[in-house]
Amino acid sequence: MDTTFRLGGAGDYADEEELELGLGLSLTSGAYAPSSNGPLSNQVVGWPPVKTYRMNSLVNQAKFSKNEGEKGAGEESTSKKKKNKNHENKNDETVTKETGHSGFVKVNMDGLPIGRKVDLNAHDCYETLAKALEIMFLKASTSASFIRTEKQQRSRLLDGSSEFVLTYEDKEGDWMLVGDVPWRMFLGTVKRLRIMKTSDANGLAPRFQEKNQKPKNKHIELKR
Amino acid sequence: MVYSLPEEVLEHVFSFITSDKDRNVVSVVCKSWYEIERWCRRKVFIGNCYAVSPAIMIRRFPEVRSVELKGKPHFADFNLVPEGWGGYACSWIDEMSRSYPWLEEIRLKRMVITDESLELISTSFKNFRVLVLSSCEGFSTDGLSAIAANCRNLRELDLQESEVMDLSGHWLSHFPDTFTSLESLNMSCLGSEVSFSALERLVAMSPNLKTLRLNRAVPLGKLSTLLQQAPQLVELGTGAYSSGIRSDVYSALSKAFLGCKELKGLSGFWDVDPSYLPAFFSVCSRLTTLNLSYATIRSPDITKVINLCPNLQRLLVLDHIEDSGLNALALSCKNLQELRVFPSDMYVADANVTLTEQGLVSVTQGCPKLQSVLYFCHQMSNSALITIAKNRPNLTCFRLCIIEPRTPDYLTHEPLDIGFGAIVKHCKNLSRLSLSGLLTDRVFEYIGTHAKKLDMLSIAFAGDSDLGLHHVLSGCESLKKLEIRDCPFGDTALLANVAKLATMRSLWMSSCAVSIGACKILSRKMPMLNVEVIDENGTLNPKLDNCLVEKLYVYRTVAGPRSDMPGYIWTMDRDSANKI
Repeated sequence: MDTTFRLGGAGDYADEEELELGLGLSLTSGAYAPSSNGPLSNQVVGWPPVKTYRMNSLVNQAKFSKNEGEKGAGEESTSKKKKNKNHENKNDETVTKETGHSGFVKVNMDGLPIGRKVDLNAHDCYETLAKALEIMFLKASTSASFIRTEKQQRSRLLDGSSEFVLTYEDKEGDWMLVGDVPWRMFLGTVKRLRIMKTSDANGLAPRFQEKNQKPKNKHIELKR
Repeated sequence: MVYSLPEEVLEHVFSFITSDKDRNVVSVVCKSWYEIERWCRRKVFIGNCYAVSPAIMIRRFPEVRSVELKGKPHFADFNLVPEGWGGYACSWIDEMSRSYPWLEEIRLKRMVITDESLELISTSFKNFRVLVLSSCEGFSTDGLSAIAANCRNLRELDLQESEVMDLSGHWLSHFPDTFTSLESLNMSCLGSEVSFSALERLVAMSPNLKTLRLNRAVPLGKLSTLLQQAPQLVELGTGAYSSGIRSDVYSALSKAFLGCKELKGLSGFWDVDPSYLPAFFSVCSRLTTLNLSYATIRSPDITKVINLCPNLQRLLVLDHIEDSGLNALALSCKNLQELRVFPSDMYVADANVTLTEQGLVSVTQGCPKLQSVLYFCHQMSNSALITIAKNRPNLTCFRLCIIEPRTPDYLTHEPLDIGFGAIVKHCKNLSRLSLSGLLTDRVFEYIGTHAKKLDMLSIAFAGDSDLGLHHVLSGCESLKKLEIRDCPFGDTALLANVAKLATMRSLWMSSCAVSIGACKILSRKMPMLNVEVIDENGTLNPKLDNCLVEKLYVYRTVAGPRSDMPGYIWTMDRDSANKI
C-alpha cells in the first residue's frame, strides 16, 4: 500500500509536467516559472487581499449610489467602479435588498469533489464570469495560451462545442442554462451554479441551441 | 529550607495575572504552581482550534469562564480556503456544555457554528454573558433567536462580519421583557431588515447599552429614535446614512447626536449622503474611533470631518480620502494610533482618486503615536518607505498592499527591497508585516536579519528562490504565523527549517513550489505537526513525489491529525510512517 498521502475524493491527475493553479500561471514540476507577464490583479483569486465581506459591501453600494444620482454629493457619475452596473432603484427609505446575503454563490463542476464560491458582484457580464470560472476550474495547457485568452474578446468558454455547459439554479429551484436572460435578471434569480456535462443538460432543452436567441454568448461552454 | 506560600495566597496572587503569556510562564515555574494555576485559570485563548482538543483543554483547565477560538487560516478571508475546510465549533460547544456549566464567554473567529450549537450555548450556560462570532458562518437568525430567548444575562452579542442566513428579522423579539443586561450589540453584518419595533424595545430596556452597531437596513430616519432612547451610547454603528432630502430627518438626527455626550466611536455609514454628515459634527471632538471605510464620500467631505476630530486614535477610511485628506489628518490628529486605508476600486487606479504613497508619508510624519498601518495604494517608492521607517520607528504593524502584484519602485523601477528593509531595520518592535510590490530574495535577508520581534508575516508574489524563505524561517525568532502565496519557495527551504515550524502556530503556502515529496518528509520528521495538503482540483498524484501541491497548511498540534478533514485534503498516513 502506498505509504502516505490519502484522500477521500477521486480526481484526475494532471499532466505531471504542468499544473494549472487556477491563477493563469503554470508551474513546471520542481521549478517555479512565473509567466513573464504575471497575473493581472483582477484575474487572481483572493487578490487584492480585501475581505469578501468588504468587497460585497462596496460593490453593493456602488450599485446603490449610482441610482441616488445627484441626491448625494457631487459624486462623479463615472464612479470609481470601472464596471458599470445599473440596479433597480428602490424606495429611498429602505435599502436595496440584495439576493441572499452575499454576492458569492457556490459553483460545482461535475466530476470534481468540491465546489468553489464565485463572487457574482465582481462581474458585470457573462464573459467575465465565464473567464473566472475557467480560471477556477479548468487547466489551460500553457500560460501562453492563458495570455492569449485574455486578449481575446471571448474566452475559450464561449466558442465551439464542449462536453460541459454552465447552468444555474434559480429561485424557483429550476436548473437553467446560463446566458439566456439579461445579466441583471440573472443576478436577481441565481442561487448557485453548476458546470454540467452537456449530456446531462438535455433537460434544459427549451433554451438549448435555439437559433432565435441572441447569437453571442447564448450558452457558455467549457472545454475540458 | 523552602518556605512556600499557602495555595490560597498563590491563587490570589495569580488572579492579578491576566495575560495568557504571563499565565503560561507562571505555570511552568514548578509543579505546584502548575497545579494551582490551572485550577484558577479563567480565560483560555486558542489561536488554532486544531492545535489542541476540547478534552485536553477541559482536562487541564477545569474552571474556565471564557474561551476564545480561531479556526480557518487567515487567507480564508480572501477566498483562498475552499468550502468545507473545517473550523467547526460543534465539538467544542458540545464538550464545554458538559464540562463548563459556568462558562460566561465564547469568542470565535473564522469558525463554522450551527444553529444547534447556538441553541446548546443558550441552554447550557446559566451565566452566559458574551458571544462574539467574528467572520463566522453556518448559522441563521434562528440560532440568534435561541440566544435571545434563553440567555438571561447576556451582555454582549457581536456578529462582526459573519455570514448569517437571514431567515427572519424577528429574532430580536425573542429577548424577553425582563431582559435588561445588554451592553453591546453588533448586528451590522445582517443583510435584511430586523423588526424595528423589536429593536426599539430592546434599546429602551437596556440602560447599560454602550455599543450598538446597526445593519444597513436600519433607515436613517429611525436612527434618531434609537439615539434618543440610548444617549449613553459610547459606540454607534449607523445603518444606511441617507434619506433623500428630508430636513426633518436631518434636524431630528442632529438633535439626537447632540444628546450623546458619551459617544466616542462611530462606524457604519453605508450609502452616505454627504448632506447628512454635519448631523454628527457635535460629537466629533470626542471621537476616538471613526470607521468611514464603507462611506463613499469624497476627500473634501472626509477632510471636513477629520478636521473636527482632534482626539482621533483610530481611523478606517477608503482611498477617497486621498493625499489631501491624509495631510489634513497629519495636521489635526496628533493622537492617531491606527490608520487603515482601503481601496474603493479593487483593480484599477481611479483617475479621480489621488491617493499615493505621499499621504502615508505625511501621516507617519505628523502623527507621533502612529503604531498600526494598513494601506492599499497603487504606487510606492523605496525613498517613501525609508522616510516612513525613519519617521515612525514605533510602528508595530505595517501592512502595505500595492494593488498590482510585483509593482516596482515607481521612481527607480527597482525592487522595493531596501524600502521594506528600512522598515524592519528601524521599527524594532514590528510584530506584523505584510509585503507587496516587486521584491527579491534580498528583502527576506533584511527581514531575517532585523525583524526579531515579528510575529506574523504575509508574503505574496515575491522572492526569487528558496533562499528567501530560508532567510525568514532561520532569522525571524519570534515568528508565529507565516502565510505565503505565489512565491517561488519550495522544498529546500522548508526541509532545512523543519524544527522552526514546531515553534510556530501555522504556515500557509499556496501556489508556491512545494512538492508532495517534501510534505511526506516533513510529516515524517515532525510528528507534532499536521501537514495538510489541499488539492481542490483533484489533480494531485500523491505517488509522484515531485508533483507540486496547490496549497499547504502546516500547524503544530498536540491533538494529532484532525478527524473532520474534507475529501480534498491529503495528509500523511501515520500508520505507514515507517515504510519509507
